Amino acid sequence: VGSVVFFLASGAAIATALGVVLQRNPFVSAICLIGHLASLATLYILLQADFVAAAQVIVYAGAVMVMFLFVIAYIGPRAEVERGGTAWQAVAAVIAGALILVEVALVFGRTAFDTPASPPAGFGSPQKLGEVLLTTYVGAFEIVSLLLLIGAIAAVVLGAGPRPSRVVDERGRRVQAARRAAEARAEETVP
Amino acid sequence: VTPSLGSYLIVSAILFVIGLTGVMLRRSPLVLLLSLEVMLNSANLSLVAFSRYHGGQDGQVFALIVMGVAAAEVVVGLGLIVAMERRRLLLDTDELVELQG
Repeated sequence: VGSVVFFLASGAAIATALGVVLQRNPFVSAICLIGHLASLATLYILLQADFVAAAQVIVYAGAVMVMFLFVIAYIGPRAEVERGGTAWQAVAAVIAGALILVEVALVFGRTAFDTPASPPAGFGSPQKLGEVLLTTYVGAFEIVSLLLLIGAIAAVVLGAGPRPSRVVDERGRRVQAARRAAEARAEETVP
Repeated sequence: VTPSLGSYLIVSAILFVIGLTGVMLRRSPLVLLLSLEVMLNSANLSLVAFSRYHGGQDGQVFALIVMGVAAAEVVVGLGLIVAMERRRLLLDTDELVELQG
């Protein structure tokens, strides 16, 4: 049973990862990434990392991806702007990726891994993970919480900055013209 | 029969290379971030696999911390994309070659 689930989940993970990379529409890419994260969570359960699997689904596939989808919906069709690069760049990228894969496969092929030790009781449970997280790795835990705080502040600063007057494209020019017209109309009616 | 550690590592390597190729191929910063997530998650898969076959919890703690760092990275990345959108810049990494306030 373990092998069948492994092949199904890893096949789904690879297929959805290809979907993320190859889809033209960023919205479809994001949906593929949600499927990718879910199939990885299946692999984590197979590896007896129950808590990591739950965190993966709740935090990643839930919270983080909802944020992604909100931004893609906010940007709208402009998100799809994608000019194809030159063909040799694409070919070079694929060749570089394949070379890295060959390299990693060679390293794995030459390494002898120990036969798996059966994990101790309660392996991967929230209790055991919490113990380790708040004793051995309490420093890393605190640094991550500080990092998340800084990230939240950075998002507010970046997202709520003043609207600059510099107009680059046609749509912005139209928006500004409409706003100026509205202001002119408001001034006419006030006195 | 449980799959061996090597098969998990091979899957992880394939996913990492797919994500890396996506980062090299795509030009939309949104899809770049999505491909980065694929790379981070492939690293997480090998961490959890090593943790299982080593019998310690350390790899799983590492994976959880990677998730936290990835969340912070996504927040800043999406904040930058929204700021670019508000400035009406073209969402294309080939156009965004200068750092300007």
